[in-house]
Amino acid sequence: MDPARLVRRSDTAWEIAPRGAMRVPAVIYASEALIRAMDDKVAEQAVNVAALPGIVGASYAMPDAHWGYGFPIGGVAAFDAARGGVVSAGGVGFDISCGVRCLHTGVTRGEVVAVQRRLADALFERIPAGMGRTGEIRLSAHDMDAMLAGGARWAVARGWGGAADLERIEERGAIAHAQPHRVSEQARRRQRDEMGTLGSGNHYLEVQEVVEVHDPGIADAYGLAQGAIVVMIHCGSRGLGHQIGTEFLRRMAIAAPSFGIHLPDRELACAPIASELGADYLGAMRAAINCALANRQILTHLVREVFADVLPQARLPLLYDVSHNTCKVERHVVDGRVRDLHVHRKGATRAFGPGHPDLPADLRAAGQPVLIGGSMGTGSYVLAGTLSSEAQAFSSACHGAGRAMSRQQALKRWSGRRVVDDLAARGILVRSPSQRGVAEEAPGAYKDVEAVVDAAEAAGLARKVARTAPLVCIKG
Amino acid sequence: MQPRWEHFHHEADVGVRGIGATKDDAFAQAALALTAVVTEPGGVLAREAVDVRCEAPDDELLLAEWLNAVIYEMSTRGMVFGRFDVAIDDGRLRARAFGEPLDAGRHRPAVEPKGATYTALRVVRDGDAWIAQTVVDV
Repeated sequence: MDPARLVRRSDTAWEIAPRGAMRVPAVIYASEALIRAMDDKVAEQAVNVAALPGIVGASYAMPDAHWGYGFPIGGVAAFDAARGGVVSAGGVGFDISCGVRCLHTGVTRGEVVAVQRRLADALFERIPAGMGRTGEIRLSAHDMDAMLAGGARWAVARGWGGAADLERIEERGAIAHAQPHRVSEQARRRQRDEMGTLGSGNHYLEVQEVVEVHDPGIADAYGLAQGAIVVMIHCGSRGLGHQIGTEFLRRMAIAAPSFGIHLPDRELACAPIASELGADYLGAMRAAINCALANRQILTHLVREVFADVLPQARLPLLYDVSHNTCKVERHVVDGRVRDLHVHRKGATRAFGPGHPDLPADLRAAGQPVLIGGSMGTGSYVLAGTLSSEAQAFSSACHGAGRAMSRQQALKRWSGRRVVDDLAARGILVRSPSQRGVAEEAPGAYKDVEAVVDAAEAAGLARKVARTAPLVCIKG
Repeated sequence: MQPRWEHFHHEADVGVRGIGATKDDAFAQAALALTAVVTEPGGVLAREAVDVRCEAPDDELLLAEWLNAVIYEMSTRGMVFGRFDVAIDDGRLRARAFGEPLDAGRHRPAVEPKGATYTALRVVRDGDAWIAQTVVDV
């Protein structure tokens, strides 16, 4: 993107003033280098979002923003129901509540390296990863309803984890007002074999080492220290969420004209929050959020089982669990007034700053952990929410590195075998059912995650706490 | 003209495009492009047939609906499909998909499609050819 298209507000804030149908400005947070590398479609999509009814503040794009569908990936937009605001299936995406969770282990690098191959093989064996791999849990219709209403709380009640886990999950493990009866039979059918599965694409499970601590005070509050070993899990609501996204995208695209909503791009499919269709989607989408939270909780249980076998001295409490494809009702102060807004984050992480009442007491002073997935080779980051992020983008931050090239381009450039061998030579063991999938996810296909988090920090969206590097990667 | 499929560039996901002399052929080829996101369509045996029906108010929504119906069958039956016979009549699509259960060792699936988006969604006649395309979220 040519920076000349934008008005520069600061080193890391770029604006497109309202024009045409835009109701609010579009604001992109990024360094100049990231802006130059960004697809023009990001600005186009952020502008389209700015034209949706009831949008509040601005249409935001995070430093890792890239060309999505409808909303940019890395997009944040808040809507006010009282002012005709909308909820958008396209603004949440297909993988509802896709997110990242991070577990402590209490073991050292040396302990992991001593059993690294065994650990990688055992995780690969136990964690269903990749297309066609099914889970071992089959839910009755009654259990499915309980899962959709109860999320990770349901999973913990079934014995997959402990009460302490719930404190460290957004919404304390289950979002309120989920309405399982609004979830179609087709969506339930797609989930039948997929509870406790990782999925494919950019989803992964990694054993990582903290290789750099940027903020020792917050790292200490998070229980992270140089050399600590953690497990990061990146996955979402599986087939159930995908089907709900698919069904409501269609219904909202067809219904939009009846609400007097003009869609510059049908992918922006939306409905007034105050409509029956809007309520229908919110009820089903929240059920999908709970499905994702339950799924990550079950995967956590499987990881703990593997560690109990391979590294029995390990203890794996949860550091935190974040979702980055959601629409949630949150209280924000806008123009001096407290308002309840429907905040869409599509490929963006909530990042509550210190003191936020939704944070667990033992993390409240430090701010919310913001978990940023990088690529297989470059590692990931733990950030912390800041007070300034509230004014910048309704307390939001980036979610990952973002792709630098398409899957086809990556396939032309790398072979899966070569990627696995190169990473093994660097001490990173990759296990995946798909060589082609590994090639498509090659580290070089992603942007530099460091540049993304540096820009997020410079923009005041979040604060760098620690950087991690993988030792084992289970890739779907 | 020889019907064919191809993938086109999208930064995060995959564009699927079917090209044929008729709209039916273009839709069938777009579904093959969808299969190719997962595995090489030529390596899929036609062991079972699955009937698919869908309808939509216009051609573009019908394409998305069709690809989503195929994704649903792939997901819930655990199958991949290597051939599609498609007949479209007045917004209604009837199709038979030929394929087999996914065999991870033989098909080596790359990535699982989540849904067909409405991004770059087009169904158009271009000279002698029909083109049917959209971006698939993976």
